[in-house]
Amino acid sequence: MVVDRFHPIAPRPAPVPARGWLPWLRQNLFSDWRSTIATVALLAVAFCLLRDVAQWAMVHAVFAPDAGACQAARGVGACWGVVAEKYRLILFGRYPFDQQWRPEVATALMLAALVVSCIHRFWRPWLAALWALVLATFFALMGGGMVGLAPVRTDLWGGLPLTVMLATLAIFLAFPIAILVALGRRSGLPAISVACIVYIELVRGVPLISVLFLASFMFPLFLPQGMTVDVLVRVLIGIALFAAAYMAEIIRGGLQAVPRGQLEAAATLGLGYWQTQVKIVLPQALATVLPSLMNNFIAIFKDTSLVTIVSLYELTGALGLALNSDVEWRPFKIEAYLFITAIYFGFCFAMSRYSLWVERRLDAIRSR
Amino acid sequence: MLYQAVALLVIGLAVWLLVHNTHENLRGRGIQSGFDFLGAAAGFDIGETPIPFSPADSYARAIWIGVLNTLRVALIGILLTTVVGVLIGIGRFSRNALVRALCSSYVEVFRNVPLLLQLLMWYLLFVEVLPPPQAAWQVAGLIYLSKGGLAFPVPVWGAAHLWGLAGVLTGLAAGWGWRRWAQRQFELTGEERDRVWVPVLAVLLCAAVGAWLGGAPGEWQVPEQLPFAVDGGASATPEFLALLLGLVLYTAAFVAEVVRGGIQSVGRGQVEAAGALGLSHRQQMRLVVLPQALRVIVPPLTNQYLNLTKNSSLAVAIGYPDVVSIANTTLNQSGRAVECIAIIMVVYLTTSLTTSAFMNVYNRRVAIKER
Repeated sequence: MVVDRFHPIAPRPAPVPARGWLPWLRQNLFSDWRSTIATVALLAVAFCLLRDVAQWAMVHAVFAPDAGACQAARGVGACWGVVAEKYRLILFGRYPFDQQWRPEVATALMLAALVVSCIHRFWRPWLAALWALVLATFFALMGGGMVGLAPVRTDLWGGLPLTVMLATLAIFLAFPIAILVALGRRSGLPAISVACIVYIELVRGVPLISVLFLASFMFPLFLPQGMTVDVLVRVLIGIALFAAAYMAEIIRGGLQAVPRGQLEAAATLGLGYWQTQVKIVLPQALATVLPSLMNNFIAIFKDTSLVTIVSLYELTGALGLALNSDVEWRPFKIEAYLFITAIYFGFCFAMSRYSLWVERRLDAIRSR
Repeated sequence: MLYQAVALLVIGLAVWLLVHNTHENLRGRGIQSGFDFLGAAAGFDIGETPIPFSPADSYARAIWIGVLNTLRVALIGILLTTVVGVLIGIGRFSRNALVRALCSSYVEVFRNVPLLLQLLMWYLLFVEVLPPPQAAWQVAGLIYLSKGGLAFPVPVWGAAHLWGLAGVLTGLAAGWGWRRWAQRQFELTGEERDRVWVPVLAVLLCAAVGAWLGGAPGEWQVPEQLPFAVDGGASATPEFLALLLGLVLYTAAFVAEVVRGGIQSVGRGQVEAAGALGLSHRQQMRLVVLPQALRVIVPPLTNQYLNLTKNSSLAVAIGYPDVVSIANTTLNQSGRAVECIAIIMVVYLTTSLTTSAFMNVYNRRVAIKER
């Protein structure tokens, strides 16, 4: 018998339930010698690092837009003066200087609309009307040419307004395409599902850069002769089509998670295909995948930085525009990079926290 | 049926329209098309070439070098990312609160900043902060790091290395044998024997013995500091290093999340049951949690590998000559937009589809065997 050779080990002491900060410290920082070593070492490293960073970023830093002082503090302290000097160019790109209240207002409107859309209580039909209004105002303000605003060509648009606009519109455009493609991939009609599969796999197999190259170099060749489309629109379509493929796969995951019984119940009630999808399947599917969708939105927001490679000056590109040709300030590019890093991080972090919050709420609703 | 016919008709019409328009436009603008330009002399030089290249060589060879460069950074990147990502993902379950906090802040910071920005920053740091090649940082006169890149020693193939390699192979075989034996013993008696350190020691020991038999240390090509540069040994350019570092640190944050999600997907009951059976923390992880987590981890992990490969295309922004960067130069020189973009897409499609095919095979192996 093999079993005979097993011998029981001595029972371990029962865990002691503990409350308060002292037991917490013991359990989480000093539970055994290895944990203690890790705690001490990490604290020491963190202390040294924080001290150095504080010295560089605060104590020895130059905050005034004074290139000479920055040059003097080089290597010892950060030069935040570069941000003070160049923030308008970085935030708004080449947009005419005296008109910059327009992108300011337009971006603020767009961001306000985004925040409003995040609140569940406001998910009512008027939200769509609000968005139509906000987008119309955004383009009217940015483009001008009406109600006494001087026209501004799209190649002068840049910086944060461009980043926010590209991300928002790409999501808006991609979402309906993604839903259709996801439904198409699951449909029983072979021609349609094969077409959707080919689209999804093709787009997901190539990098976004190649799609942007396609939009910027090849798209003009696709159009009938004599017809031109603004490069901003071409790039926007490129990003939207790219994002739609990823979104479609996420939504498909949600569709698969809807139990068959729901479909059968809908069929029993006499609902048609579209009625079933719109009233029964999609609401459940989208609720399941909301966190993944939010992650996808974050990815789209970050991906807008790539348009700088096809010469559109969004936040990253506008920074290059502001500093590359300025010999005086170019040495302090790293500080400027940190500035836009903070902007990107702020947006993405807010979105990911929101996604977590939604996830918790959904869990709470489901476990009721 | 009607729907399908309509859909097919619409798709066919759209494709025909695109091809027709493109054709008309190309002819209208007098742009030549076709892949014949690939044979022409490239006329530009490439910064780093795994195989010999001169400007007189053809475009085809230049693009092939681009493909090799892409594969090189992607393969090394995938290996490093896996190590870093898994460590950080597991670190989020550490018993030490500081380690947990460190790992989660790493993930938050690196995940929420665009990769392009990170790459540009790393590259800037490389060319700004590092010392010039005249005064490279060095480790024991073996490894040099400067604006010119990283230089490190490489063995010159000789008897010692051959014997050392033979030793490694013997050690691997011995270690594998030991693991099999330990597994059998474990299944028979429930007694745990070490399965990590014994094989590692076996490999190291056999390698050392082999190298000694072959007359170690053998010949190494060691870089040395010259007045104006570091010469000799093998080297990696700052572009390559910045790209690799950026890709690895960015993707590792996502891999860490994948690993964390996989581990969390294993029910609490499993861990509690393992604890009730008397398994130690480490045993619970190795015998109960990880085998189940792996099934959840593998598919999204594949996606991350593919993302890393596709993201390596951002090399174009910092001047590493990957396939996109070289195809872009080719496009600007020859004006063959359609062909060059097609080449980029085909290269990535091929790598993507091959990788997912391999990972599907692996996935099937770790999938639940339902009986």
